[in-house]
Amino acid sequence: MGRKLLIHNDKVPGIHTLEVYRAHGGYASVEKALKTMQPDQVTDEVKKSGLRGRGGAGFPTGMKWSFLAKPEGVPRYLVCNADESEPGTFKDRYLMEKIPHALIEGMITSSFALGAKQSYIYIRGEYFYVARILEAAIAEAYAAGWLGKNILGTDFSHDCYVQVGGGAYICGEETALLESLEGKRGNPRIKPPFPAVAGLWGCPTVVNNVETIAAVVPIVNMGGEEYAKIGIGKSTGTKLISASGHINKPGVYEIELGITVEEFIYSEEYCGGIRNGKKLKAVVAGGSSVPILPTELILKTAKGEPRLMTYESLSDGGFQAGTMLGSGGFIAMDEDTSIVKNLFTFSRFYHHESCGQCSPCREGTGWMEKILKKFLDGTANESDVDLLWDIQSKIEGKTICPLGEAAAWPVAAAIRHFKHEFIEIAQKKKFVDISHYDRLNKIRA
Amino acid sequence: MKVTIDGIEIDVPKGTTILQAARMIGQEVAPPTMCYYSSLKTSGGYCRTCIVKVTQGSAANPNPMPKPVASCRTEVMDGMVVENVTNKDVLEARKGVVEFLLVNHPLDCPVCDQAGECSLQDLGYGHGAATTRYEFPRREFERIDIGKYVQLHMNRCIMCFRCVKVAEQLTDNRVHGVMHRGDAAEISTYIENVIENDFSGNVIDVCPVGALTDKTFRFKSRVWFTKPVDASCDCKKCSGKVRLWMKGEEVLRVTARKDQWGEAEEFICNTCRFDRKKTSDWKIEGPTKVDRHSVISQNHYNHLNELKVQILKQQKALGFMDINKRP
Repeated sequence: MGRKLLIHNDKVPGIHTLEVYRAHGGYASVEKALKTMQPDQVTDEVKKSGLRGRGGAGFPTGMKWSFLAKPEGVPRYLVCNADESEPGTFKDRYLMEKIPHALIEGMITSSFALGAKQSYIYIRGEYFYVARILEAAIAEAYAAGWLGKNILGTDFSHDCYVQVGGGAYICGEETALLESLEGKRGNPRIKPPFPAVAGLWGCPTVVNNVETIAAVVPIVNMGGEEYAKIGIGKSTGTKLISASGHINKPGVYEIELGITVEEFIYSEEYCGGIRNGKKLKAVVAGGSSVPILPTELILKTAKGEPRLMTYESLSDGGFQAGTMLGSGGFIAMDEDTSIVKNLFTFSRFYHHESCGQCSPCREGTGWMEKILKKFLDGTANESDVDLLWDIQSKIEGKTICPLGEAAAWPVAAAIRHFKHEFIEIAQKKKFVDISHYDRLNKIRA
Repeated sequence: MKVTIDGIEIDVPKGTTILQAARMIGQEVAPPTMCYYSSLKTSGGYCRTCIVKVTQGSAANPNPMPKPVASCRTEVMDGMVVENVTNKDVLEARKGVVEFLLVNHPLDCPVCDQAGECSLQDLGYGHGAATTRYEFPRREFERIDIGKYVQLHMNRCIMCFRCVKVAEQLTDNRVHGVMHRGDAAEISTYIENVIENDFSGNVIDVCPVGALTDKTFRFKSRVWFTKPVDASCDCKKCSGKVRLWMKGEEVLRVTARKDQWGEAEEFICNTCRFDRKKTSDWKIEGPTKVDRHSVISQNHYNHLNELKVQILKQQKALGFMDINKRP
């Protein structure tokens, strides 16, 4: 059994209440930080822990915190990014739904480290009921004195607010999130300046993922060095993985970074193998935007080493033969899956979620979706594969925010590893089964 | 600060953007722009036509920037090295951007009032491909009259945000903006409204395409059949420095004076633009100098000498033999 630090108590009855959470050692990190540590010491512990952002990019959290500008007389903010919208990712929802106080405790401890008097949890519109859970937990925390003025009798005062978004994927991009939080249209800002210098209302701001903030709690409790002992190399600690697709046991799993992908898919502790005794065909390892990998490349790297669930191992081989850990949205597909159909679903999503600010993404995502629709309808030509490749290459890296890449990478990877499927459809040797969509349309009509 | 663009070094003050530095060097290395407008704050960065490659970030940090950057929103650093027209990838990427911009553009130039002075035409001609690979229906909108003088034709819009910034920065009350998202995004007024204020006409001048047109000029004439003349008047609301577009003695339309980058030198008020349409309203300063590459210059014979010098200079640069000094 791997160690669990974040969701080890998720099955305890009533863990969402402050009373039970406290009885299981909750809020110890706040006590420890506020009473025995200086803010910089907390930041140092996070640096020592080697914690990396759990939202997808994997940027070292300690470093991000130390970039925060600290001018005199200007407020600083901590913003928690709970706009978890990446298809295949649902780990933050699980954490917030089951143990809301873990996030709030992390918010208080992190805010103490950053010197933020106010913090915001920006949660996606579709998680409205989770926002209710968080608000109830915050009310409990205020009543017990964990939030508000002079927490634990110290000088530190802190207020935490929940803001519900309108349900836009783009608002998970940190600058679009800040725009939305300010009450504007959720369009990503042009960087620089980065939020660490000019973020919310022009003030220095740190934006962290839910899981990142929750991970600060065990780091402060056990010490950064101890936390860094879990994992391999620069991938330290534990990570929540939301496993979905054609596996026997879909769900949210906390893993120690460093277990093999094979173990994660086939062991009874985690996914429990591919359902109905089928063979694995491909895996999207970190949410819909990371490149898809066929079985032979996801289980073993191009060099023949076993692939591990770490930031480095998954990206081994670059995009030619690797992928990314991303947000931990692990989607496994069995041998019956049509990669083209799956790609169409992804592309439709990115088309729908593009904000429309910069031209390559606004026009390109829709174009790609329309071409992929041709494959589904059976009207595509072989030249459409090259056209798709060309369009994605002209979107990637040319946009303001990473949504362009997120839309381009799945297309590129699908063509890179499964070009034969596209060609077979274009040559009318095979057709995609779209009866599923027909059924859906009937339900909608 | 020293910055090198396409191998040409220039010294610029701190805070200059790559685009501004390139414009200081000249037209040859200046990237094309569709959404940037120097007199509008926070404009630029959206259309991506001005992307360039930074091969050296600065003298202190000589690493190249990983992705192409929007030159209009990136400030120069001391010792920065930028490649624009000398970099094949940049030109290829720009070609892609032009294609994207044209994906949902109706290409109805023959019936569009903007033809002849359209930034998208120039861009497509200079940087785009000859044919499109897009085979699907383009998006379509109804034409909307926003106020007495301006018509909005969303089909042609390329979402440059300039008209939104004009309303935000020039007038008291912005009633139009961007609605919806992705390729369904459109410029519109929220719950049909009219844009009515003294400076609303400037949205026509800043629009790089024919999405916002002057209703008092619609279908009166192709722009290249009119003659631009600089004129002025004593106006209480604006500087009164305008450009008249004349056909014979008739003033067909009035616009702001635009510089070589197609940007208005000074914004003008609606009274000047829409109500003063007689030559007696204006003090004529003289004919406008039009770049000889512009289609509008075909109606111009005023500065032939200057033109001759220009052509000779170019021929010399290209290594042509001077016809007068033949052995």
